[in-house]
Amino acid sequence: MDASMDILTTALAALLCLAMLGAALLAVARTPGKASDDDEAAEIRALPGAILAAGLVGLMASILYLILAAPDVAMTEAAIGSGLTTFLFFFVLARIRSRRERETEHG
Amino acid sequence: MVKRFIALALVLALGGLFSALLAGYSPDPELNQTARYYAERTAPDLGAANIVTAIIVTYRGLDTLGEVTVLFLAAAVVGLVLALGGQAEKSGAPRPPVGELLATGSRYLAPLILLLGVYVFVNGHLTPGGGFQGGAIIASGALLMLLADPFKTFSHRLIGAIEALSGTFYVLIGLLGLVLAGGFLDNRILPTGTLGALFSAGAIPLIYSLIGLKVGAELSSLLAGLAEEKSRAHDGEAP
Repeated sequence: MDASMDILTTALAALLCLAMLGAALLAVARTPGKASDDDEAAEIRALPGAILAAGLVGLMASILYLILAAPDVAMTEAAIGSGLTTFLFFFVLARIRSRRERETEHG
Repeated sequence: MVKRFIALALVLALGGLFSALLAGYSPDPELNQTARYYAERTAPDLGAANIVTAIIVTYRGLDTLGEVTVLFLAAAVVGLVLALGGQAEKSGAPRPPVGELLATGSRYLAPLILLLGVYVFVNGHLTPGGGFQGGAIIASGALLMLLADPFKTFSHRLIGAIEALSGTFYVLIGLLGLVLAGGFLDNRILPTGTLGALFSAGAIPLIYSLIGLKVGAELSSLLAGLAEEKSRAHDGEAP
């Protein structure tokens, strides 16, 4: 019973790690490259996906902390890492967007 | 393309490094000296059922004061930067449409989330979690309210008063420990009570509640400031 539970927990943790790596790669891949692609609009459209992927990494990390018997850290990670930070990025993104639009309007 | 390749190689190298660490890991058969001291002495000395909380609030209380200060500075700097930005006039722009699900859900969920945050920091000395976690949960409740109504404005005076008063009382309780008990932030200025009761562990519940209020107010003010700025920018660009 104990050994099978151990194997189950380890398998779940390994699965979460793989999913986290996948989400992290997604975040890196969605983050636009620099000057080489001059299409700024595409760059801005790609960012929300990257932000969501980064939030997903935090969410899975919090489950992993729970498995590793650290509920305190899991709570903090879930609330701050995957919740507040994601929306902070979105707020900032909206701010940058509106400023850029205003700049293109007024020349 | 080359940049992507470098990023991929970096991620793989980091993964290899961590898997090597994991392969060589074997848990200690018993607690080391410091951990054993905390595990054995927390309950009889401080009366706190949660050892993590006892370490954060009492044994390492000064670090926690520093962390709260760092968070305060971050929130203050964000407020300063936002205040230095453009001050567009607030015109009567139409409120962006909000989904029925979000509007109704936030009306019922936000009070429950705030209550959960208060529960987490009031029970910080008994159950996992505490001031920081409770404060973050409170801030996520504020975030839900902001999502349901982007033009909602929180009272800055109220948030500022909560933040300042809880910070002041936190330091005052710490100084009281210096006078009445063993040192700065000593929790034994109040009776430690019976282990596991709500009113136990001396000043720990008091200190952690103050930290929870302070952290919640700081994070909420940060979010509210950014959201206000966003709606103001939105108003500015509307014809």
